Amino acid sequence: MPEPKVDVTADVGGAPELPSLTPITTVQPVDLVRAEGGVPLTGAAARRGKLGVMGILSISWLVLIVALAVLAPVLPIEDPNKIIASIARQPPGTDGHILGGDVLGRDMLSRLIWGARASLLIGTLSVLLGLVLGGLLGLVAGYFRGRWDNILTGGFDILLSFPQLILALTLVTVFASGAGTTYGVRMSVLILALGVVSIPVLGRITRANTLSWCQREFVLAARALGAKQREIMFKEVLPNVLPAMFSIALLGVAVVIVAEGGLSLLGVGTPLPTPSWGNIIAEGRSELRNAPHIVIEPTIVIFLTVFALNYLGDVVRARFDVRESAL
Amino acid sequence: MIRGRRRRVAPVAADYHQPGTRLLDVNDLKTYFRTPRGMVRAVDGVSLTLDRGKTLGLVGESGCGKSVLSRSIMGLLPSTAERTGEIIFGSERLDTMGPEALRSYWGTQLAMVFQDPMTSLNPVMRIGRQITESLEVHTDMDKNQARDTALALLKSVHIPEAERRLDQYPHELSGGMRQRVVIAVALACGPQLLFADEPTTALDVTVQAQILDLLSEQQRERHMAVVLVSHDLGVVAGRTQEIAVMYAGQIVEHAPTSVLFSEVRMPYTEALLRSVPRLENPSHTRLAVIGGRPPDLIDPPAGCRFAARCPYVQPRCLEEQPPLQEADTPGHLFRCWYPVGTQAGTEALERNLAAHVPQAEAAVSGDLAVEAS
Amino acid sequence: MRAVLRQAVHLVVVLFCVTLFVALLTSMLPGDPVNAIAGFGTDAQKEQIRDRLGLDDPLPVQYVRWVGDFVRGDLGDYWSVTGARPVMDRVREALPVSLQLMLYAQVLALVVAIPLGVATAYRAGSRFDRASNATAFGMLAIPNFALALVLAYYVGVQAGWLPVSGYVSPSEDLIEHFRRMAMPAIALAVGQIAVYMRLLRSDMIATLQEDFITMAKAKGISPRRVLWRHALRPSSLTLLTVAGLNVGTLIGSTVVVEVIFSLPGLGSLLFEAITARQYIAFQSLVAIIAIGYVLLNFMVDVLYAVLDPRIRHARA
Repeated sequence: MPEPKVDVTADVGGAPELPSLTPITTVQPVDLVRAEGGVPLTGAAARRGKLGVMGILSISWLVLIVALAVLAPVLPIEDPNKIIASIARQPPGTDGHILGGDVLGRDMLSRLIWGARASLLIGTLSVLLGLVLGGLLGLVAGYFRGRWDNILTGGFDILLSFPQLILALTLVTVFASGAGTTYGVRMSVLILALGVVSIPVLGRITRANTLSWCQREFVLAARALGAKQREIMFKEVLPNVLPAMFSIALLGVAVVIVAEGGLSLLGVGTPLPTPSWGNIIAEGRSELRNAPHIVIEPTIVIFLTVFALNYLGDVVRARFDVRESAL
Repeated sequence: MIRGRRRRVAPVAADYHQPGTRLLDVNDLKTYFRTPRGMVRAVDGVSLTLDRGKTLGLVGESGCGKSVLSRSIMGLLPSTAERTGEIIFGSERLDTMGPEALRSYWGTQLAMVFQDPMTSLNPVMRIGRQITESLEVHTDMDKNQARDTALALLKSVHIPEAERRLDQYPHELSGGMRQRVVIAVALACGPQLLFADEPTTALDVTVQAQILDLLSEQQRERHMAVVLVSHDLGVVAGRTQEIAVMYAGQIVEHAPTSVLFSEVRMPYTEALLRSVPRLENPSHTRLAVIGGRPPDLIDPPAGCRFAARCPYVQPRCLEEQPPLQEADTPGHLFRCWYPVGTQAGTEALERNLAAHVPQAEAAVSGDLAVEAS
Repeated sequence: MRAVLRQAVHLVVVLFCVTLFVALLTSMLPGDPVNAIAGFGTDAQKEQIRDRLGLDDPLPVQYVRWVGDFVRGDLGDYWSVTGARPVMDRVREALPVSLQLMLYAQVLALVVAIPLGVATAYRAGSRFDRASNATAFGMLAIPNFALALVLAYYVGVQAGWLPVSGYVSPSEDLIEHFRRMAMPAIALAVGQIAVYMRLLRSDMIATLQEDFITMAKAKGISPRRVLWRHALRPSSLTLLTVAGLNVGTLIGSTVVVEVIFSLPGLGSLLFEAITARQYIAFQSLVAIIAIGYVLLNFMVDVLYAVLDPRIRHARA
């Protein structure tokens, strides 16, 4: 059976692009392509919206790391900041430390688990910010159309004109890299910066979906019944747009986790000594020759998490896309 | 016509090049397609023969399997297809041939002209190249010889300004000219058997006659055998020696052309003939259509496949499938229990009319009933 | 024509917004940037910097001044203990390195993705197809920098096949140049390969259904020739456009990969500037990267609009 044509240019929901300031929204950054779900790469099961073995494994992994991250304070693991000189840079298995020690001698396992807290926190909060703000703006743009739509879409386009990582990097550098920056400020700025970067992506997807849903009859029916705009928007359209947004959100979390990694490598990620997956890699870079496990372990963890998020994101999208097209 | 020596020459029988020799012999060909719903029996037991220099018309409505039949004989089937049956070409068995050997036959011995010239030519390749490619692959001509041959071919299909056309792209030509190019491409290496699969359906009426004349001309000059597939009886009427009528994957009537028109036996053929609009009819004459739809090819009915739409239908037709029988005239085969123009058939029709069977009444009420001889 | 005009207007608007944002970056810095930039400098030098930043002026004035400087090629100075060096000089040295890296990454991705795309399209549905599909998905999940580090370790450190850091310009030693660019390019290309392969695959599967492919087969042409000479060209339009556009999308990853492999490109320069708190240089670099990105996307958008009718025609 021939594959359905991969359409990297279409917004999810298949709504026609209204003439916006960017007449052709051909290619998005690969990150965006992934985030917008433009390239479904999963296997046949996912494409049909079913979970399958991979789906179950993905959910299991995510549940595991979220559980570990949440329960970190009460787990029987070492203090992530406690330095044990003897295990510094030692490979996995030394002295009962399953994953070895990091550059300074802190337990890798515990740093990875606490790192999950930071990475997942940043990931979810940024995407949540993007979802709420971007989603709201997209909903408004798609529902009211006209002038508001033009303004909002123009805003999205302008934000998208900046290379994603560079924008986040710039925001963090300007607002949170001074000498006196506290942990709290830095984290907040990180989350805000990555959130701001996600807004246009989520906004456009929401808008496209809103456009397509608004054309359906039940919206007209609601209007004919005299329902207020706001009611219609939130009670009728939003619930239908949410699944697509959720799928993109999953992919978005993956993107943000990777972005935090990139920012850490550039020195502006989660501030040390608080661990995040990204900054463990950044620290471990200098010891790559002698203690590669410091880099490789968080890499594997990130890979598995991103894989699981991508997979589930595709499954969710396939499930709800199918229903949309069946209508 | 071809100046280069052929590479990979397929072995042929000694009397191969005599006109009138048996070229194609198909026995009980079946082609089924695997689909999620089941096996589609697109061609369900077809046998026919073709002599060199003769034209066989293959007629039937959409979905009857005539295109699939042509492709089955050639071997141009997708991987979802399963084919059984004997196909003898010259002295070789095509059905047991491996893909590489079969490919050496395509273009050189067997060729096909497709329906839509717009889509059957590569849009981003120049016309000349599309012809010379065939020549380069199958013969050991060099570039110049190939180009000269291509030029000669374009001229032989009556394309004006052939020299200029060689370097043009398909979209720069009109529909009729494109089809001529397609014919040139197909005939480039001098095949013995040409399948013309609805070659004029996508063309203007005025151009249709020209293309058909061209095909006849090429056939005469090259002593080719041609299988002319069409849903249009008018297309095959004057240009074939024999006609085979297909319905639901089977051949239901096969006769020399004049015999088919004058001594039609199978009711489906009669209905087809009746549905051809004629100039001499008064205006506002209703078009006679054959009511109903062809049967499901995944689960065809047990008896005659045309029974549900046949004016002559009798209980036996629903239970037993009629085999191909020979009529009085030799070479005339048909598949019917109560054939047109026989006593059994006429009585069957009267019984149906008396019982007010709808398709019988519809058939008779039209003023265009063909006179049975 | 009107489409191009609209895009030009859009370009101007975007450039304005981007430059506005960048120009006002220094005024958004908390604290005193002068000490950050040249805390070790003399009072005279600090006065010079303060003048340049002009933070006391109203914002519009700051903007105009910055744009004026930028357009004249005055990107400010990079301060270190040894003194000031014009940023423009450093950019001139660094830009070719970054461009080379991005170019190599795209070319490599295409060179690998095209045969894979063709092969999986031809054998669609087979085990090979499904295996490469799964692999592609896996490849997308690997962050570029993570792959870069893994490659650096296994290929560079362990096996010692390729050098892990440093840059050699092609005019000096071509082979060494490529040896040093190899791993960075691979790290950037891998994710692209996955996307391109699937893109080409789906376009080719559609093309292979077309009549002219059956006709080519009926001419007795070998499957390989049909695939490469007949099917590939009409199928590759989307791929090439995407590849062109994607050059810009890799900017973020390129920055990180440059840092990892110590390639002296714009990315490394940016990293240096951040670490050394050279905010003026940082500002100029961000401007260059952002404006470059905008211009690149604009050009590709225009190109796509120009090609579009022919693309539509070629596909017809």
